[in-house]
Amino acid sequence: MSVIQVQRKPLSLAERTYIPQILSGMKTTMKHIVAKPVTVNYPEERPEIPPGYRGVPTLVRDPHGREKCVSCQLCEFVCPPKAIRITPGEIPADSPNAHVEKGPREFEINMLRCIYCGLCQEVCPEEAIWLQNVYSSSGYTRAEMVNNKQKLYELGGTLPDTHLKWDKKKAAAEKH
Amino acid sequence: MIDFYFSLPDIVRYIIQGIAVICFLFPVGAACSMAERKVAAWAQDRPGPNRARPWLLARIPIIGPILGYFGIFNLMADGGKLLFREDITPGHVNKFYFVMAPIVAMTPALSTIVFVPFGAYLDSAGQILPVMLANVDIGILGVFALASLSVYSLILAGWASNSKYPFLGAIRASAQLISYELSMTLAVVPVLLWINAPGTTGSLSLVRVVEFQSQPGFWGGMWFVFIMPVSAFIFLITIFAETNRQPFDMPESEADLVGGYHTEYGSYKWSLFFVAEYCQMIVGSGIFILLFLGGWNPLPWIPLADLVNWLHDLLHWQWLMHPIFVGLLSIGIFVTKVLIFIFIFMWVRWTLPRFRYDQVMRIGWQRLLPLSIANLVVYIIAIALLQK
Amino acid sequence: MSAPTATAATPDLVTVNIDGRDIAVPRGTNVVEAARLLGVNVPHYCYHPKLPVVGNCRMCLVEMGVPAVDRETRQPVIDPATGKQKINWMPKLQIGCGTNATPGLHIRTTTPAVRQARESVTEFLLVNHPLDCPICDQAGECDLQEQAIAYGRGCSRYIEDKNVKPKHTQLGPRVMLDDERCILCSRCIRFTKEIAKDDVLGFIDRGSHSTLTCYPGKQLSNNYSLNTVDICPVGALTSTDFRFKMRVWFLKQTNSIDTESSVGANTVVWSREGQIYRITPRRNDEVNDTWMPDSGRLLYKQVRAENRLTTETPLADLIAQAKSLLTGAAAPGSSGMGDSPMGSGGMADPAMRTGAAAPSTDESSVPHNPHGRVARATQSIALVASARSTMAEQYLCKKIADQLGIPVGAIHVPAHLGQGDGLLVSADRTPNTRGALLCGLATGLPKPQLTQLAADIDAGKIKTLLVINEDLAEAGITPEQLAKVSIIYLGTHANATSAAAKVVIPTQTVFEKDSSFVNQQFRLQRSKAAIPGHPGTHNDLVVLSHILVNLGGHDFAGSPIAAWSRLSEETPELAGLDYLTIPETGRVLDSTRFAHLAFPETEGLHYKPAAERQEESGARMQESEARP
Repeated sequence: MSVIQVQRKPLSLAERTYIPQILSGMKTTMKHIVAKPVTVNYPEERPEIPPGYRGVPTLVRDPHGREKCVSCQLCEFVCPPKAIRITPGEIPADSPNAHVEKGPREFEINMLRCIYCGLCQEVCPEEAIWLQNVYSSSGYTRAEMVNNKQKLYELGGTLPDTHLKWDKKKAAAEKH
Repeated sequence: MIDFYFSLPDIVRYIIQGIAVICFLFPVGAACSMAERKVAAWAQDRPGPNRARPWLLARIPIIGPILGYFGIFNLMADGGKLLFREDITPGHVNKFYFVMAPIVAMTPALSTIVFVPFGAYLDSAGQILPVMLANVDIGILGVFALASLSVYSLILAGWASNSKYPFLGAIRASAQLISYELSMTLAVVPVLLWINAPGTTGSLSLVRVVEFQSQPGFWGGMWFVFIMPVSAFIFLITIFAETNRQPFDMPESEADLVGGYHTEYGSYKWSLFFVAEYCQMIVGSGIFILLFLGGWNPLPWIPLADLVNWLHDLLHWQWLMHPIFVGLLSIGIFVTKVLIFIFIFMWVRWTLPRFRYDQVMRIGWQRLLPLSIANLVVYIIAIALLQK
Repeated sequence: MSAPTATAATPDLVTVNIDGRDIAVPRGTNVVEAARLLGVNVPHYCYHPKLPVVGNCRMCLVEMGVPAVDRETRQPVIDPATGKQKINWMPKLQIGCGTNATPGLHIRTTTPAVRQARESVTEFLLVNHPLDCPICDQAGECDLQEQAIAYGRGCSRYIEDKNVKPKHTQLGPRVMLDDERCILCSRCIRFTKEIAKDDVLGFIDRGSHSTLTCYPGKQLSNNYSLNTVDICPVGALTSTDFRFKMRVWFLKQTNSIDTESSVGANTVVWSREGQIYRITPRRNDEVNDTWMPDSGRLLYKQVRAENRLTTETPLADLIAQAKSLLTGAAAPGSSGMGDSPMGSGGMADPAMRTGAAAPSTDESSVPHNPHGRVARATQSIALVASARSTMAEQYLCKKIADQLGIPVGAIHVPAHLGQGDGLLVSADRTPNTRGALLCGLATGLPKPQLTQLAADIDAGKIKTLLVINEDLAEAGITPEQLAKVSIIYLGTHANATSAAAKVVIPTQTVFEKDSSFVNQQFRLQRSKAAIPGHPGTHNDLVVLSHILVNLGGHDFAGSPIAAWSRLSEETPELAGLDYLTIPETGRVLDSTRFAHLAFPETEGLHYKPAAERQEESGARMQESEARP
């Protein structure tokens, strides 16, 4: 028996006049009229962004200013709308980070394509790409909406890092 | 200055008074549209329109931000927009009636105010004299006569638009108006019976109704809403229906009729319909207040004269008894009541959903009409017994 | 693929049982290959089917057992429980790569012991392996990565410091070594020693400090060095050219052919979004095993080379210009072609050059018979076709020559010869000399120098040249001679001939078109288009079929399938073949018609010159006669 027959209860006299319902409805409306608005005056007031918010994807540096991305292109691979485009490159031998060997020569995220799913952050083995609290991006041209490497680092800034894997690696090589 | 005013010929005075009233009524009608948007916003937990900030006016300290907050600048921008927008007249309409319809809408809306006493002052003898444009005996009858003309504008608009949705809207409007006109009139009759004791000179004047609610004593000072709650209730509902307000706005009914009778209208002509609706609401609320809520009397059992005397005794300021002050005070009290009433209109609008059309008809004919007839019969018997 | 090497008549098969299933494999097959035939994967690092077995990675450990035999009676011991012969399981695991199939051999690859062995090997390998996967080019095609997912622990028990080894050592001009990643499988050492015969690699030090290195003063610089990168199971050896360019999982693989010589090594072209990133060998046991020369891996650079010819002129205009040159030359009494305002060669852009050539031709004066042959009159046209063209293109060239009435003597196919390296680069440096012979374009062996053509030009017999992707300057035509003739050039890259040409129609490389070639073994092989055509170039076959149609010939619509349907009808060796059914590993054609020709190729991998082959087959025939 998938269908349950429910007896419709006949309306009482008060219900048939609608008046108690109307009055209780008006009471509810009045409660809202005197309540504080739940919206904010957007550009002047900004909503508080909770931790873990998935805003615009950004690239971050480690506390020592090293760019964390090694251009493994996993984010490019996992990105469902194919918004990420990385041109990998070799880190020059005279760089202090030469031991990392590989880094992005160019890193572009097309914000017209990005769907803010956060898979890039999830897949990143170096914890270099983070969806942070920037939630509004705008531009007058399509080209403006493509965040290049420089813009991504400006947006991302520096995040704390507990691993410092590459620093340890460099220290081990120097000890040797 | 007052002497100069009273020294003017009557016709000039009437014209000045008429223009003054229109100058008040029209902007208030327009402001109601902004009030509606603000009330809607508050009922929906949001701030509502408050972003228009003209660069010079908004800089005025304190006032500027307050005006901005209440959306006054939005209102001005709205008006300007509607005024200067391209006025499109569709090719398939009957041009003459199409243009006439909004004018016909405005005419009764602005002219019914003639019969409405919106204040009073005391002459030197302490006699109450009403502030109104035409203190004629037909009073309420004139209001009803002119107010029912407003449906013509809807019918004209719907017919002249030569398009099915406006036409349906117009048909609905006329049917609805006829259905509720009857109950409305019948609901008012007990009030008029009450004030017209047998043997006295009969009058339909609304001033008389207010005077009856300003008498001393328990029964004398009692507003008619307490004596005739059912009449007040029926009248209230029919005002909603007559002014096409939610939950009775079937003629507009944008869910099924696009824009109802004004679908084909735009810019200034459309805004005239809009303002006319609010003017009707203002007049309708005024009539209700006069009939059932004591008119310009501040509170039940406290008539205007008592308030003025009491204030005078307390403060001993001579100008408290001056007719101009008393007149302004009474107008203030009346307008305040009207504004509260309009707020109730909006409050209801943002609470209730729209009735179905068959429900509108059933309520009108099968509920309100029998109820008002029964009400009338009961009061006829009661008044006959009381006045015997 | 790892097909029986024994003669097909008497296959010497042995039956082994792997995971409870019997399979008959040729004698000499090892357990890893036998399991592969059953679809059972035995993981391994050091084993490679084309390299000697060393068995040092220990990843392919399996359980083995042999049927029990009573020592005294030599009778099979029957297990009373099952009623079958009892299996004596060896107490310890054996390596699959180093064990050949023997009759009745039993293998188990799924037991806990095997799994534990694999997990242990993996854990040991990962002890010192760096966590480089994000930057490692091998990621995505790394054996260790795959086995670590299947048999790894997920987290390391190793808390000591990992070994530190040199991370970027340049082993040779094209090969980079990261010693930390090396798992000491020695595949590269075996390859250089056994296949490339250039023994330069070896291990130094012991235990976990073992390090792969070149012998002092030597370099891994031979023409096969990049094969070590291919066979490296981890990312220790990487290609300098491909290093850090693109992750392999983005690359589309297209089967292709190495066109640098008549070996026709099978390749895979790896491309992404119309750009080729690398070329690797494709296994074909009859042609190139799993190897290919380094030189063939760089061919993709020609696609975006700086001297690539392109044009913005619509193809129809180019064809019209070519046609007016050709028909003008073919018409009787045509004159004035030699003193056209062209030939200065001062303008660099071929499109501009062809554009300027257009007004000099007067089409209205050209008598043209749309449905018949163009009026056969003079022999002032010569065709220089190419042994680098595909079969279909050569066929269409032949058709155009027929249509224009060019005699056989005026069809020239220059040869490109070099030294064969005895492996995968042959002396004939064109991929399709035999194709030209098959379709009748070439009547004899091509010669490197076109002396006959030079003489004809000097004699004024040849006024117009249709050149298909060949640089006449290389073939011994002097610039003065080039200036004497009107040249229509179809080619991919700019050279002296294209500079002197009146009409240049840019065409496409092998990576941009579907093609087919016949290699030195008379093996017909197919290559697929890996990337779309470079902007401003046109498919050769389309251009040729347009020219042919304009000359009144059959319309092949630029389709290799259409061309092939006619070609296979007209060529006895190709009877019954069509373009789409050429197998991935190629089809060997009957070569008896050309047995008399002395091809320049010397012995190479899977190839012996015809003379030696005849000796061999003669010996076999004697053998088979002697047998009964």
